[in-house]
Amino acid sequence: MRNLWIIAKRELYGYFTTPMAFVFIAIFVAMTGAFTFYIGRFFDRGQASLETFFSFHPWLYLLLVPAVAMRLWSEERKSGTIEQLLTLPITTTDAVLGKFMAAWLFCGIALLSTFPIWVTVSYLGDPDHGVIGLSYIGSFLMAGAFLSIGACMSALTRNQIIAFIAAAAVCFVFTMSGLDLVLNFFRAWAPLFLVDVIAASSFLVRFESVTRGVIEFRDVVFFLSMMAFWLFATTVAVDAKKAA
Amino acid sequence: METMVELDGLSKHFGPFVAVDGINLKVSKGEVLGFLGPNGAGKSTTMRMVAGFLTPTAGTAKVCGHDVASDPVQVKSLLGYMAEGSPSYEDMTVRAFLTFIAEVRGLSGQAAQARIEEVVTKIKLEDVIDRPIDVLSKGYKRRVGLAQAILHDPPVLILDEPTDGLDPNQKHHVRTLIEDMAAEKAIIVSTHILEEVEAVCTRAVIIGNGKLLADGTSEELLRNLPEHNAVHVVVAPEVASDAATKLQGATNVSDATQVTRDDGTTEIQCAPTNGADILVAVGAVLRDNSIPYSQLYKNRGDLDAVFRQITAGGSTDA
Repeated sequence: MRNLWIIAKRELYGYFTTPMAFVFIAIFVAMTGAFTFYIGRFFDRGQASLETFFSFHPWLYLLLVPAVAMRLWSEERKSGTIEQLLTLPITTTDAVLGKFMAAWLFCGIALLSTFPIWVTVSYLGDPDHGVIGLSYIGSFLMAGAFLSIGACMSALTRNQIIAFIAAAAVCFVFTMSGLDLVLNFFRAWAPLFLVDVIAASSFLVRFESVTRGVIEFRDVVFFLSMMAFWLFATTVAVDAKKAA
Repeated sequence: METMVELDGLSKHFGPFVAVDGINLKVSKGEVLGFLGPNGAGKSTTMRMVAGFLTPTAGTAKVCGHDVASDPVQVKSLLGYMAEGSPSYEDMTVRAFLTFIAEVRGLSGQAAQARIEEVVTKIKLEDVIDRPIDVLSKGYKRRVGLAQAILHDPPVLILDEPTDGLDPNQKHHVRTLIEDMAAEKAIIVSTHILEEVEAVCTRAVIIGNGKLLADGTSEELLRNLPEHNAVHVVVAPEVASDAATKLQGATNVSDATQVTRDDGTTEIQCAPTNGADILVAVGAVLRDNSIPYSQLYKNRGDLDAVFRQITAGGSTDA
């Protein structure tokens, strides 16, 4: 656990010594605002809730989370620092979890930076703060799931652009997998149980209930097991690819 | 002597390519082992396996009795390792980077800062300690790599080309550092620079095509050369053939060949029988016959020649 925090601290240092962190947070906050107020027609709805705000999160994450995740491992391999990192007295799992933790924490900071919108809605009306709090937690969990996919893609290539596109593509499949667009592609040839599994692993479907302030235990389990699976895959990929 | 590093049949295959092919090697405390070989011979791959970065295909690597395959974290904590090109997190300042390394190595707070101060002074990094690593010169970057390797005062040091790209003063400084630490540690240094082996290493191994081709002190390696201990005499051309005939008869001289030098003088190269020391005998012949000469010296041969002799045909870019 101590090692994880040391690794995570170093990684966060990397985010905040470059303008990247501030650019990312600024764009994230601006885009959530723009989506909520213009496309979500926040004022016209006349409701004291952040449902529209949260409903855009999967789409924003689709674009922005792979951008955070793409450098996690690609950069280490490209610059050769992976050799420095993995010859320190830590396990590969420590390194994978530590770096993931930093990226997730960073997403958390970006998410927290949207608090003015919570302040706004509280000022204008009387929202259900419990619902908003739970939605934030759900959104944070979903960001983690997106990130774990991105981390794995980043471990597979030393090219950050490829890592970004691959992560965005896989995240897209998982976001949309509850919809016919994706399911029809699999229905043509996959057995029924597989189609059901794919349909059940849709981030969008899982997150829909979250935006209404309902976090079911199985949704939490779903996002956490997504992270566990992809981070395990990341560990395997890092070990297999580190010298390539 | 206490064995600190032990390689037993260590091999690494990348698909069909055999990078390291059954290397057996022991390094004891107090030794500085020079790791020589052409580019692509398998030096870095071998070091990376010992450092726990690559998993061996076959064989074992042990550091202080711990097998790197079954106990990698323990091995890594006993090792100071500087990878080729000393990659470090360039976005960090030297201080931040060394603090990170210290923390991972189990030092923290005051103890960590005190140790960092000590190492920074030793390696002469004081001037750049608060600068980001990416703006440093190659020499400083290499020294940062060395600093992180010795930060936890490890019993075993593995340095992959520590003086590559340094200027002569910096090279000398790094060699002095290695010599200062040698008594307490087992050190493995890979290098292309053969003079370095003579300068700092107590022993050298030559690797070619992933195999261990030679192992010994530089003196032992030189002994394999035909020109080792040959004595060269430079004389005027008019006395050359007479002198050569006389030298041919000296004790332990197997052959005396004449070579005309660029300045018109003649050099007589006396080859010894079985590498014997013939300098005294040759000197005696010259004196007894009153042959005037302008130069007289013993050729030890150089490691470059040993290297070429042993690895020729092994690698095209040697």
